[in-house]
Parts: sequence; C-alpha cells; structure tokens
Amino acid sequence: MIALHDTIERVLRLSKADACTVIARRVAGVNIRWAHNTVTTNGDADEAQLSIVSIIGRRVASVTRTHFPPEQLEDMVRESEAACAKRPDAPDYMPLPDAAGDPADWGAPPADADIHVLDPLVPQLRTLYDQARSAGIATFGYAESQTTTTLLATSTGVRRRHTERIGKVDITAKTPDFARSSWVGQVTHDFLDVDLGVLFDTLQQRLAWSAQRIDLPAGPYEVLLEPSCAADLAIAAYWFMTRRDADEGRSPFSRPGGGTRIGDRLFGDITMYSDPAEPAIEAAPFCHGVDSGGASSVFDNGLAIARTEWVRDGILQDLITPRYWAAKIGSVVPAPYVNNLIVPGEGPSMPEMMAQTDRALLITCFWYIRTVDPQTALVTGLTRDGVFLVERGEVKGAVNNFRWNMSPIAALAQATQIGRSGMAVPREHDEFLRAKAPALRIARFNMSSVSEAS
Amino acid sequence: MPNTRVAPDFLALPLDRLADAALTVARTRGATYADFRIERLRSQTIVARDRELQTSVDGESVGFSVRVVCKGAWGFAAGIDLTTDAVASVARRAVEVAESLAPLNTEPVTLADEPAYTDTYVSRYEIDPFAVAEDEKINFLLSLNDRALASKRIDRVTSYVMLVREQKFFASLAGSRITQQRVRVKGDLEAVRIDKSTGAFETMGSAAPPAGRGWEYFTKVHDFSKDADDIPALLEEKMASPSVTPGRYDVVIDPTNLWLTIHESIGHSTELDRVLGYEANYAGTSFATLDKLNTLQFGAPMMHVTGDRQIEHGLSTVGYDDEGVAAQTWDIIRDGVLVGYQLDRQMAHKQGFGRSNGCAFADQSGRVPLQRMPNVSLSAGTKPITLDDLLAGMDEGLYIVGDKSWSIDMQRDNFQFTGQKFFQVRGGKIVGQVKDVAYQSRTTDFWNAMEAVGGPSTYLLGGAFNCGKGQPGQIAPVTHGCPAALFRRINILNTAQEGQ
Repeated sequence: MIALHDTIERVLRLSKADACTVIARRVAGVNIRWAHNTVTTNGDADEAQLSIVSIIGRRVASVTRTHFPPEQLEDMVRESEAACAKRPDAPDYMPLPDAAGDPADWGAPPADADIHVLDPLVPQLRTLYDQARSAGIATFGYAESQTTTTLLATSTGVRRRHTERIGKVDITAKTPDFARSSWVGQVTHDFLDVDLGVLFDTLQQRLAWSAQRIDLPAGPYEVLLEPSCAADLAIAAYWFMTRRDADEGRSPFSRPGGGTRIGDRLFGDITMYSDPAEPAIEAAPFCHGVDSGGASSVFDNGLAIARTEWVRDGILQDLITPRYWAAKIGSVVPAPYVNNLIVPGEGPSMPEMMAQTDRALLITCFWYIRTVDPQTALVTGLTRDGVFLVERGEVKGAVNNFRWNMSPIAALAQATQIGRSGMAVPREHDEFLRAKAPALRIARFNMSSVSEAS
Repeated sequence: MPNTRVAPDFLALPLDRLADAALTVARTRGATYADFRIERLRSQTIVARDRELQTSVDGESVGFSVRVVCKGAWGFAAGIDLTTDAVASVARRAVEVAESLAPLNTEPVTLADEPAYTDTYVSRYEIDPFAVAEDEKINFLLSLNDRALASKRIDRVTSYVMLVREQKFFASLAGSRITQQRVRVKGDLEAVRIDKSTGAFETMGSAAPPAGRGWEYFTKVHDFSKDADDIPALLEEKMASPSVTPGRYDVVIDPTNLWLTIHESIGHSTELDRVLGYEANYAGTSFATLDKLNTLQFGAPMMHVTGDRQIEHGLSTVGYDDEGVAAQTWDIIRDGVLVGYQLDRQMAHKQGFGRSNGCAFADQSGRVPLQRMPNVSLSAGTKPITLDDLLAGMDEGLYIVGDKSWSIDMQRDNFQFTGQKFFQVRGGKIVGQVKDVAYQSRTTDFWNAMEAVGGPSTYLLGGAFNCGKGQPGQIAPVTHGCPAALFRRINILNTAQEGQ
C-alpha cells in the first residue's frame, strides 16, 4: 500500500471536480477481554479508510472505501464526481476553508499501533486473577489501545493531520453468586500508568461495602455521582446541543416564541467546554467527516476547531453550529462539534464529599441512558454495579439499583457541590473516552423504580 | 424474481488462495482450530430533511480476519491487504496473540462439533439496492417529504433509507468453505409539529420495520406514501390530546412496538454468554440463569417464543453463522416456560448442550465473532383473533403503536418503553389519543400479564439494524416477529411528570 499522503495527493491530481476533499484514516488497535479471571476474546486489527468528497457547482458527493489500491483510485474519484451530477444542490454548500500551511509531519507515515502496548498489563493480569481467586471474586474486564491517524487535504490547499492514541481498561468484580458487583474504569494512553492492584483495591473496597445490603424504595434522593456518572450526564446534555434544532423549535434549547435559550441560566453552577488542546484528551483540531446534518457539514472539512465554551457558570453560551447554519441565521460565529468534553471543578475529592454528607446515595456508574422526551431533555437510565447509602459521612451498605428518569440539564442544574475534575470513563457513552468531569452532589435525583439487577 | 447469485466481483477475489495461506500458517503453528473470514460490507445512508437532501453517504469496507485456538486460548488478528503474504502475516499474529495470552487462560477452549460444509447462500431479495440509481432513491425520499409537508399540519419532516449488502467468505481448518450474500434495508419518515408560541413539539415516525429485503421494500412492501399521508393528522391529534394519567392500565401492544420489548427482555436475557457472565463488564448478565432452564415460568401459558436464523426476510437469517454452523430453528420459551438459549460453539460445548444453534456473528472483518441474537419471535395464536378482538377485551385501556424510547437493566429485568402513538380505548373501541406515555415493568411480570395473543392477521416482522454488544463494540441486525397482544394492569408513567 502506498503512503496515505501520497494517495491523497494522487486523488487530488485525478480530481476534475470544482473542489475536492480527501480524508484518509489509519486505525490500529489491540485489545484483551476477560471473564471469570481468565482471558476470552483478544486480538488486534488494522484498518484503513479513504474518503473522497467531490464538489461540482453546489452539489457534493462522497465515496468511502477501505480497499483503495492505486489502480482503483481513479474509479473512486470518477464515482464521486458522477454521483454529484444527479444530486440536488447541497443545502449546506459553503466554499471550502482556506489553506493554513502544511503540518510539519504531513509526509510522515501513519502511527502504528504498538502491538506490545498491552504487554505491561499481562503480568499484572496474572496477578489480578490470582488475587481475585484468592479473595473469592470473579473479575470481568476489557483493555484496549487504539491509534488513529487522520490526514485531510483539500483542493484549496488545506493540509491537516492528527494522530491520537488512547485506550482504557475497565473491570467489573462480582462475588461468585453475582449478588454483589462493583466497577472501575481508567483512561490511559500507554498503560504505563495503569496499576491493576490499585483498581482491584477499589473494587474490593466496594464489594466489602456491599456486604451490608440495604433495600430502598424509588423516589427522589440526594446523590453523590462519581465522575463517570457526571460525564455521562454532561455528554447526554451535549447531544442535545445542536443550534439548528434549537432554532427550528425542536430542542430543549429552543426558546418559546422563537430563537434559542443561549444566555439563559439552565445549568446551575456548571461549566462545560470542549477544547481540542485539552491535555490528556486532545481531539482532532479540525473538522473531518463525510456526513452533513444539523451538527456537521462536509463543507467544513479542514476548518480549524478552537476551544468552545458551551456553558459558563450555568449559562448556556453556545450550541454546535456548522458554518452553513451560522451563515443562514446570520451574526453567529460557527461552533463546530469537538470530540471531547470537560466539566471543570476545583472542589473536594469524593471521600471529602462523602465525609460532608448527611444522607445520600453514592452512585458509581450509569447504564442504558436513552432519550424519552427531546422537548424536556428527559432521559431514562439505570444505576449499575455499585449504589451505596452514605449516612453521616460513612458508607452504610449497598443499595439496590434503580431506574431513573431525569433531564441531564435539570440534574446538572441541581448540583449543589462540584468536586475536583479529572479524567472520567463514562460507562454509558463508553466510546467517548475524551471526557473530564468532577464528582457531583445532586440535590434531587428522581429514582423512578427499583431494579433488582445485581 | 429473487436474486440468487453472489456478486461476481466478490467471487473474483482470491478467496480460496487467501484462505489456504491463513489456514496453512495456523495448522503449521499448531492451532487446534482456525477459521479465516473475508467480509465486504457495502452501505449507503441517504437522509432528506424537509425539502432538501441532507446527506448521502456511500461506503464499502473489505477486510479479513484469522481466528485460532492455540494452546487452549483464542487468538484473533485482522488485516486489510488482500495478499497471501499479508494474510500469512496476520495469521502468524493471531497465533502470537493466542500464545502470549495462553498462560493467563484457565479454561482451554473447546468447540462443539459441527460438520464441514461447502456451500453458497444468498438471502431472499429481489432488487439489489446498490443497483438502483441514486437519484431514484433521493427522489423517493424528497417526494415523501413533499407529500407529508403538503398537509400543513406538520412543520418539519425527515426521511431516510439505510441500505446494506453484506458478503462473507468463511473457511475453516475443518474443511468448510462457505460464501454468503445478504441484503437488508431500513427506512423511516419522522414528522415534527411545533407550537412555537409555547415551545411545545411532538414527533411521530412511520414505524416501518427494517427487513431482509432489497429496494422492492420501498416500492412494493411497505407503503411509505400512506405514512406520509396519515402521520400529519395523527400527529396533530396527538399534540392536542390529553396527557396520560399515570397508573395501571390494560394495554394492547401492536407488533410495531412489541418487537422491541421482545428484543430487550427475551432476546437478550436468553443469550447464553450473558447468562454465563461473559458480558458482565459491558452488556450485562441475565436473570434467566441456567438453574431456571425448564422451570422458569417466563410468561403466560400461551407464550411460545422461537429462536431462528432461517425465517424469510429475517435480519439475522443466514445460511451459516460465523463459526460455520448451519442455520437452525429452536424453542426458547414453550408454553410460557424457559426451555432454550442462544449458543455459539464454545458455550454449547462448555455447558453440555451438544451442538451450537448457530448464533455466532461478527459485524465486520476486524471483529471477533460473538454469540449474537438470532431472530427471536413470539408466535401468533392459532385462533384467528384480530386486533379488534383484542381491543374489545379492554373496557378501559391503551393501544400502543410504534417503537421509540427503550431502556432495560443489566440483567434484562426492569424495563421502560415509550411508543409513537397511544390510543385510548373505552368499551373496546378507540376513542382518541393520549400522550406522554411510557410503560414500565419487570420482564416476567410483564409476560405473565399477557392474557391473549393475536392471530396470524396481527403478525408482523419487526426488528433493528443496530443491536449493540461486546467489547470492542459490535452491532448486529435482528428480526422479531410477533402478533399484537393484550396485557393486563401494566404500569403506565406520565413522562411529562417524571423527573419533575
């Protein structure tokens, strides 16, 4: 296979369209999965993808292939150009962004996955399994590392490149009868910072808390949310943040009578932002994709992405806005989607928050979150693998799981205490690994019914 | 006329030569089991928003994988370069993965026996959706939107089609050489009615099920034009309807909604890998544990549920699964009692079930086959009970149509579903709509509350393209056939009051 940047340049030379964008991606990943303290399915996979977006007049069409030998490139180019001919004008048409200079590593080969990146984990896993067996605990888990190199070029001279390597490990521990369960997760880049012993200590502590079972009914509760839960709520709110939907009156951020609720204090004291340069969760600093919609446009490919504050001190500041929509409604600066999300916080640690608690439920992770009503942003979800009753600063025992119905916006607005923000593994949005969130104290969280799952 | 041929350009790939390269490496490196899979997946999604084409995305992926058992452990590797050298290299990597992790493995992998096959399978469809000109597809969607918007009762409409053609070649050390081609399609039309003065809005979709069919689905099978004509008035009525009073209701659930309840509460709870804990870290486990097999009264006595990979136009229908097991049909629930699970070869052997019932599936070449859901279907009653008969069984109740929101706990017990339309029934007759409805229950409570199932006239194949499971995540298409059914005293929530 020829180098990706050479492939891209060949495609651009072959193009007869008025404008053309080419996106090449190389994804390499390795993973280990285990259950009952023994490995199950494991492997590695190497993938590549080439997308050609042709623009003729105001019409656009794309073709994406994973098999693109040099002799097939011209066919791909002509296919995308031919598809333009029979399409109507694109409603999101905009001139492609201007060139901003070539990145220094434009011609470098794509980053390979280090197939040995998980090697440090193997002896740790052996120890984990031995410790777990000795303790009468079954562990179930998954570790993965993925390296993605994205190259983007346009006929207008834009050249962009982004490489990201990110991985995670998450573990569920259960007693042999599956009656007690706990979970931990950690985002990592190289697994050198993963200490399975520390993670196992946390799992054991939570299983020990679970020795005392407390049955509680459905109803509103004060809750202490681990960062995983806070990240899931913030991401759930982020998915509603499309400016076009709000302008059209079909969003929780629509203002009755027209317009959006930008400027309204909807989120209590919470701040939420995205920043492609955020340390440890860097995201591609440019738009790339082949799909147009309310929150994206193929004509924005290559557009630089900057830090965007969505919510500041509870006040809605911005919504995801592609250039075409910004132009349509006028007087609005585009705000492209960014593939990370940060809820900052400088408050206390979770143990400190627990110590300050009179009575609350400590929730370690959420599961199966789905939208119920887009008008009110009502979503439903469940607790999973760890709900604990905290009274007068101490954990009293494990509580049954719950189904909850709650708007993530309303939940975040009711945060009465914001902890210290850090890397978070959202359990529900498990592929969104670029999140930072604090622990949160929510004054009133609606537990709709009891779930007997354990 | 149904298409019965695998596309020649897939057959032109050096399938056997690459398989030989992979399996030779596996054999010489001491693999006790090995399979080689090439997969080509063509997909297209076209979306029309109001009177404009929003997007049309065309993609094709091609790749291969090698899966081995060496020293009792699984090894898997996947690549994209369709040359014998690359395939041999990936096969060596698969062996290395297995050997490096074998010391951590305490349960040597053994698979249930299955004969070797040399065969070709093509799913039943008439028109390859990728042989249809794109402008025809675009015009189909734009005309639907025009038709719906012409009513003036709605403000926005979005319609889409998703089209997939899947081609797989499977070869194993045991001697199987299987080529398969499947086609599936999905489409929908969703309208939005907005009251800008109050900020209120409601949506309603067509509830058209996805199907293992070709483009003929859009022109001959499902009447989307009727949806475009009917939805605006129904949505206007829904928006003006009263908000439901929460409480216990008798409900008749239409198959356009009930398929999803079957999927979540029966389909997933009877996956043996979940039962055994293999999904404990992700998708979850199951309340339907092995000790309950043949004893658990899962539902009412008239409840009969089958698993199959054979039903015509089913999304999970195949000739052979991704471990080379021939497609079968079996009972999961008989007379309301749990009697069967979904199996792959490893778990079938491990638990002494004998042969696998063929539920291994990988969603792309770069993913490991997992135990995935077959078509799981609730049988229609043998009596000719109509929808009107079922509605007549309710003095005061709701008739729920179309799926929308869904959520279920990690053991597939506590669930909550909404729908597209909720008709109020009084004295056995529909008297109007209500809104803000969700039904919430526990799996066995719900299915034991089923009092009657409709006859064949109420039966429909529903389903989904995107059932998620596994780490790394995979999606699977699956069909669920079911009749309309009557349930007594189901807990109905008011979603406008929840979370207040």
